[in-house]
Amino acid sequence: MDFRIGEEEEALRRAVRAFSERCCPVERLKQLERSPRVDRDLWSGLAELGIFDLEALGLGASEAVLVFAELGRALMPGPIVWTHLAAGLVDGARDGRVVVQGVDRENDGPIIAEHLESTEVLLSIGRDGVRRHDPRALEARPIEAPLDPLTPAHEIAALASGELIAGPEDALRLRTTGEALVAAQLFGISEATLELAVSYAKMREQFGRPIGSFQAIKHIAADMFVRQELARAAVYAAGATLDDSSADARGAVSSALIIAAKAADKNARACLQIHGGMGYTWEMPVHYFLKRTWALRTMFGALEDHAESLFVTLEQTSAR
Amino acid sequence: VDLRTSAEDAKFAALLRAWLSNAVEEHGPPPRKDDWSQRRGYDTGWQRKLFEAGYGGIAWPREYGGRGASPVQQLIYYEEIARAHAPHLGVNFVGLQHAGPTLFLEGTPEQKARHLPRILSGDDVWCSGFSEPSAGSDLASLKTRAAKDGDEYVVTGQKIWCSYAHVADYCQLLVRTDPNVPKHEGLTSLILPMKLAGVEPRSLRTIEGDSEFCEVFLNEVRVPTSNRIGKENDGWRIANVTLRFERGTSFAGWIYELEELLKELARIAQRVTRRGARASDDVALRRELGELEAEVRALWALVKLSVCQAAETGVPSLGSSAIKLAYSELYQRITDVALRLLGRAVLGRSDLAGFPNEALFTKTMHSLSLTISAGSSQIQRNIISERILGLPKEAR
Repeated sequence: MDFRIGEEEEALRRAVRAFSERCCPVERLKQLERSPRVDRDLWSGLAELGIFDLEALGLGASEAVLVFAELGRALMPGPIVWTHLAAGLVDGARDGRVVVQGVDRENDGPIIAEHLESTEVLLSIGRDGVRRHDPRALEARPIEAPLDPLTPAHEIAALASGELIAGPEDALRLRTTGEALVAAQLFGISEATLELAVSYAKMREQFGRPIGSFQAIKHIAADMFVRQELARAAVYAAGATLDDSSADARGAVSSALIIAAKAADKNARACLQIHGGMGYTWEMPVHYFLKRTWALRTMFGALEDHAESLFVTLEQTSAR
Repeated sequence: VDLRTSAEDAKFAALLRAWLSNAVEEHGPPPRKDDWSQRRGYDTGWQRKLFEAGYGGIAWPREYGGRGASPVQQLIYYEEIARAHAPHLGVNFVGLQHAGPTLFLEGTPEQKARHLPRILSGDDVWCSGFSEPSAGSDLASLKTRAAKDGDEYVVTGQKIWCSYAHVADYCQLLVRTDPNVPKHEGLTSLILPMKLAGVEPRSLRTIEGDSEFCEVFLNEVRVPTSNRIGKENDGWRIANVTLRFERGTSFAGWIYELEELLKELARIAQRVTRRGARASDDVALRRELGELEAEVRALWALVKLSVCQAAETGVPSLGSSAIKLAYSELYQRITDVALRLLGRAVLGRSDLAGFPNEALFTKTMHSLSLTISAGSSQIQRNIISERILGLPKEAR
């Protein structure tokens, strides 16, 4: 057992960080805000990095969570999770030629698909397995005002039956891996919002000194750090457990999703609070993180259901 | 990142588990909490058993009689100990987790040779003498004075919150050797033999109802200068080495116990009825326990992360403040659920109507001390925000 990040893993993480900072800085996000379609240059860049085809690099979920934490931090737009999951199921997904989105048929409420405008293949998962749909053939209506300015979405009137391309085990694997990748992005958001809050608190002066020197602000930041670290550990553990074929990863993944979603939500809110009135403006990037968090955490079922399944496991293991 | 257990570690775990299954039963149940005539012997007797079986100092270096086990095996050890409901460290706590590690990092060869084997074998009990009535969170303002007189320090002052001082043989003492320099620069760390003339421990009764804590009055106690740990006036740095151990990996075992406690609550929930239905069928309770389970898992993962990192430096990182903060607050939330689950049975401190009140109350009361001891939660937040996040120091 070794929980540290290895040299190669660290090199990969740095490469994704460097790419994100170069190709997806805040100024670029502001431009992309007005675009309903995935930026194909950005998409090719992601494919060249190898993020849709980590398997070919001999990498597993342990590395994927590091990559997706970086993408989450950078608020990377586009259906990155589903295109990553589609490797091996949809030709052309691995090299970025085909943009793949997916929906979870177990989700209640309206059927919503993000980035449908750019989607070439739509997958859906349910109890019966993985189905493939042609997005052009669907009756779908664009959502007029998306919550996350960087995540345009469509409401799908009805999901036609589609073609069954994989069985229930594959659907479960996609779901569990997808949940871990969402958790990783949420952890990345908790990290980014802490950094943003700290740098603002060091710079912003009131009462003649930086607000970061006041305990009232410091202690908010310290709690953000604790949440970030718990999320980091839970996400790394989820990735490593997914790579261990002898372990059932669902508990580790549920835990990671609950903890990372809480860390992202609470840290983004705290970041906004520390920014004061400025945090409430569209001008500052704080709201992007909060809105992305609220969108991401719904991708695979309600967090309450993950808490329920953790309780069921606890109850089973507590019997004596 | 790899969480798989190696064959070697699996073997270590299996052997330890087999040994514990006999040894724990053989050692018998603990004496009553206030029965000090029995408690020291019970705790040190257990430590001797561990020592003789080769488990006395699992992460201690081999040269000082420890097992020199890898951090992974250290974690396996904590897991197995908690799972087997083995006796707690008890009176061995300070020696094994504070004084010992401080000595093998900072002590002289003579100090190590003299003290480390006796800590490991359960022969000597240590207590710590850091806090004072007027020096709590502001520890560096402590006043206990040590004046040099030839090859002795003459120590006068008062210490407080010294766990097990009334049954201890030695105290890791922090004193002021130079009152004329800034407060952090005039402190020195000493090994105080408790049997010296002028040392007077007095018990304090805590809300747990027992008397683990003591005040220690020091009246012109003559401590040989050879009992100094490190250099004169370097005591603050040494105290911080100790405190990092206290805040760091020493919590690992307790965190695994949280998992056991959650399982206990799941069992109790099946027996408690609320408006004719089982509490374990209550959706709100199921979610609350499920979320707490998520947090315990995350915290355990963070401990693993931290222990693997500490393996490189030998000292727990500053991040241990985050673990301490998260652990102590989570523990309080879990024991709060326990109290609410008991319903009216909460009125008994002793076991009642088949509920394990005694154990639950011990944990509940203990949890209240955790956000205060070893640096309060507020101090931990200062450490995190200033030393990790680099926020400017406040005007103090």
